[in-house]
Amino acid sequence: MTRFGLFRWSVLAAALTPAASLVYWTFTGDLTANPVDFITDTTGTTALSLLVFTLTVTPLRRVTSRNELIRLRRMLGLLAFFYACLHMLTWIVLDWFFDVASMAADVTERPYIMMGMATFLLLVPLAATSTTAMIRRLGRRWQPLHRLVYVAAATAVIHFWWVVKADFRQPRLWAVALCVLFGFRVWWVLQAHAPARA
Amino acid sequence: MVIRKAPDIRYSEVTPKALYVRRREFIQAAAVAAAGAAAALSPVGGGRVHAQGGGVKLPNLRKSQFSTTEKLNSYEDVTGYNNFYEFGTDKDDPKRNANRLVPRPWTIRVEGLVKTPATYDIDSLVKPYALEERIYRLRCVEAWSMVIPWIGFPLADLVKRLEPLPSARFIEFTTLADLKQMPGIRVPVLDWPYVEGLRLDEAMHPLAILAVGLYGEVLPNQNGAPIRLVVPWKYGFKGIKSIVRIRFTDTQPRTSWPVANAREYGFYSNVNPTVDHPRWSQATERRLGEFFRRKTLMFNGYGDQVAQLYAGMDLRRNY
Repeated sequence: MTRFGLFRWSVLAAALTPAASLVYWTFTGDLTANPVDFITDTTGTTALSLLVFTLTVTPLRRVTSRNELIRLRRMLGLLAFFYACLHMLTWIVLDWFFDVASMAADVTERPYIMMGMATFLLLVPLAATSTTAMIRRLGRRWQPLHRLVYVAAATAVIHFWWVVKADFRQPRLWAVALCVLFGFRVWWVLQAHAPARA
Repeated sequence: MVIRKAPDIRYSEVTPKALYVRRREFIQAAAVAAAGAAAALSPVGGGRVHAQGGGVKLPNLRKSQFSTTEKLNSYEDVTGYNNFYEFGTDKDDPKRNANRLVPRPWTIRVEGLVKTPATYDIDSLVKPYALEERIYRLRCVEAWSMVIPWIGFPLADLVKRLEPLPSARFIEFTTLADLKQMPGIRVPVLDWPYVEGLRLDEAMHPLAILAVGLYGEVLPNQNGAPIRLVVPWKYGFKGIKSIVRIRFTDTQPRTSWPVANAREYGFYSNVNPTVDHPRWSQATERRLGEFFRRKTLMFNGYGDQVAQLYAGMDLRRNY
C-alpha cells in the first residue's frame, strides 16, 4: 500500500471511531444517564465535523499542491452523510419512536429541527450522485449540483447554533471555520475574475 | 471579612405581612396538602435506601408525606448528570470538577428587608432543623426528569426564623462565584454570580425546601453543596445551588436565566406542559432510565398543592 493509501485508511478508521465507541459504550453501559441525548449529540457533532473537514480538502490541496488529497473528499463527504443518517435515525427511533405526528409538529414548529431536516435533505442527492457512474452520467451538471454542500454546511451550523442553550463556544467555532473555508472560495473566484495586470 | 456573630435565633410568632395578607390562600394550601397527605399515607420511598459512595451519612431522617413513591433514579444518575455551569456546561463536568469546591467552612449572608441582617455559619443556620427525606420529581427545562431523594428542611422554617420585614415580597438567592473553586465561571455563559428567586408566598409553601443532602448522605458538591434550594413544581434551574447569600426584597429579583434570555426563560418558570420553550416542546419529558417519553404534568404533578399560588395569573404571560 502506498503511504497515502495508508493515510486514507487511518482517516477512515478515525472517522468511524465515534460510531464504534457508541456501540462499545452501549454494551458497557457508558452512554451517560441520558443515552438518547448523548447519541444525538455525538452523531450530530461528528456529522458536522466531517462535513466541515470535507470542505477543507480543496483549500488544503491548493495550498499544499498535493493533488492526491482530493481522494479524501468523497470519503469524508460520505462519512458525514453516514453520521447524518445515524443522527436522523436517532431522532426518529430513539427520540420519538416513530411518533409521526410529534415529529411533524417538531419539524414545522421548531426552527432548529427545520434546519436539521433541511441539511439532511440537501445531503441526500449529494450522496446519491457520489458514485463514479453518477459523476460520469451527470457530466457538467455534477459540479453545480454538488455546490449544494455549501448550503448544507451553513444550515448544519445554524441547526447547531439554534439548539444550544447558553454556551455558544462550539457552534461559534464551527461558524468561524466555515467562514474561513468560504473565504478561500470567494478569494479564488475574485482572483479568477481579476483583470490581468498590465 | 467581618462575620458578625449570629443573634440567638428563635422562632417568631409574628407572621410576615406578605403572608398575612394571603393567609386564606396559605390555609387553603395547608388544607389541600393535608388532604393529599391523607391520600398518600402509603410507605415512603422505593426501598432503595442510601449508602452509596463515600459520602457522610445523615442520621435520624424523618420521612415526609410529600414524598413520591415513584422509582428513584440511581445515585450515579443523580450525582453524575448535572447542570451546574460554574463547573462547566457539559453534564459530566460538575462531577469531574466539583471536587475543587470547599463546602466548609461556609457562611451565608442574610440581607435586605429582614429584621437582623447578618452573616451566618452554615452549621448554625441548619442546626435547629430536623432533617427529613423528600422524594421529589425534578423536571429540567431541557425536557428530562429524575426522581431524587433529597434531605432537607422546609424553606418556610428558615424564612420565619429570619423574620423578613412586612415590606418584603420576594426572596433572592445567590450562588458562590469563586474562580479558584469554580473553573466554569471563566466562561461568561451566564452573568455570574448565579441568582435565583421566589415570591415570598412561594418560598413559604411547604413543598419548597433547602436541601443539605441526598440519598441519606451529605450533599455532593456537584449537586450544590453545602446547601441548595429545591422547588419541585418549577423547572430545575430554579433550584439554586451552593447558596452564599439570601436577600429579601420588595421587587422581583433579576434572576440569571431571564437576564440571559428573557424571551425563553421567565421568573416563575413553573413546569407547564402547555407553554413551550420557544425552541422546544415542554409537553413531554424523558425520565432518565426510561425509553419512552412521558407526558409532563402541570406544575410537575404538584398542582393540587401549588396551583392556588397562581390563581388568576396568566401563566402564558408569566412563564
